[in-house]
Amino acid sequence: MSSAPIVIVGSGLAGYTVAREFRRLDRQTPLVVITRDHGGFYSKPMLSNALASNKTAASLVMKPVQKMAEELAADIRCHSSVKHLDTASQTLTLDNGDTLVWRDLVLALGADPIAPNLPGSAGDEMLSVNDLDDYARFSERLSGRDRVVILGGGLIGCEFANDLLSRGVTPVVLDPGQGPLSRLLPPQASAWLSDKLRAAGVQFEWGVTATAVDRAAGSEQLEVTLSDGRKLSAGLVLSAIGLRPRVGVAQAAGLNVHRGIVTDAHLATSAEHVYAVGDCAEVVGHSLPYVLPLMSQGRALAATLAGARTPVVYPAMAVTVKTPACPTVVCPPPLATPGVWEERVSEQGFEARCLDTDGSLLGFALLGSATTQKQALVAQVRPWLS
Amino acid sequence: MKQYQCVVCGFIYDEALGMPEDGIAAGTLWDDVPADWECPDCGVSKADFDMVAL
Repeated sequence: MSSAPIVIVGSGLAGYTVAREFRRLDRQTPLVVITRDHGGFYSKPMLSNALASNKTAASLVMKPVQKMAEELAADIRCHSSVKHLDTASQTLTLDNGDTLVWRDLVLALGADPIAPNLPGSAGDEMLSVNDLDDYARFSERLSGRDRVVILGGGLIGCEFANDLLSRGVTPVVLDPGQGPLSRLLPPQASAWLSDKLRAAGVQFEWGVTATAVDRAAGSEQLEVTLSDGRKLSAGLVLSAIGLRPRVGVAQAAGLNVHRGIVTDAHLATSAEHVYAVGDCAEVVGHSLPYVLPLMSQGRALAATLAGARTPVVYPAMAVTVKTPACPTVVCPPPLATPGVWEERVSEQGFEARCLDTDGSLLGFALLGSATTQKQALVAQVRPWLS
Repeated sequence: MKQYQCVVCGFIYDEALGMPEDGIAAGTLWDDVPADWECPDCGVSKADFDMVAL
């Protein structure tokens, strides 16, 4: 099977990073990329601050598919999805019935937004923005709207809320929790962020969820019913309640799947010659839907595919939250190691350090002017996967 | 002095500020940033930055 290609399924940051890093090491082995979309290269993290930077769906594409195919010397199959994997014969079947034999298969399938499936006459009109096509739909339907209800006050919800302010749109964020980024930030830091975002114009409704979305009679407006019985009017409803790794095709093929597609430190799944990277992968128990881990994965897997077996290593990572109204950086402490938060507040900044019993740094949250300490602090946190 | 933005994550490198915490002095031109430098937010290498001037 020496002439069989390396097949990468997915053309998001994870898939294209593996392809690019692999081509640095090997220009010969045939490479096939299978993608559900147009195959142009864009960066998903840029979708949540595209409004402020006046980007359109078209201008977010940094390289069209022809350019990618040329640079990567790859056969890129656009608007194509995988129906079936047969790991024994190393063969996959596409939705058009074509089959492909792989030397090595890389699953970079991404994750699906969790759909809230709300009742009501407009329950199915809710949007989520998880890829470029979604962004195109969102920005088109945004024109003329002055109020957007966002479900979920996590990272994506807060970033979109902040971004909408730049268009003069009032974002109203609903969340069953008690503050923004409640899963990443200690309560005081979350409260500090909430104050800054509120001052910039974001409205929050905590401790509630949406229970229905209806179209107001004879109007363009939508009406969102809350769990406490109140109703909010909105031009658009954006769902940002979380992502679920895409595991269907892997599960059907009998691969070991937990929350994501389970891999070892070499990004190898339970089937030989099948690897998983990015948001669909659960690497030694870590599901980290951020760019930094994905770059580490891409480099390690490229080396392995080029013949030098290389495990992925994660340094401690700080996640930058793109909320310009309140710059925020979080290095979440490991869930398994309970630490004590020590907080320091000043006029311009908020600094929270999570310390172990021996005083070592487990994680931190920096807001406002405190974000300048990111590099210094992240270097003190022990690696997540070494 | 110019500012450059990482096309992958939006990180902004400001020549006037440099990145002293990374050993890059204030006033360092983008051209003079070492080739092995990586974006502090997303890990993209300098060669892949396609940094755009703002």
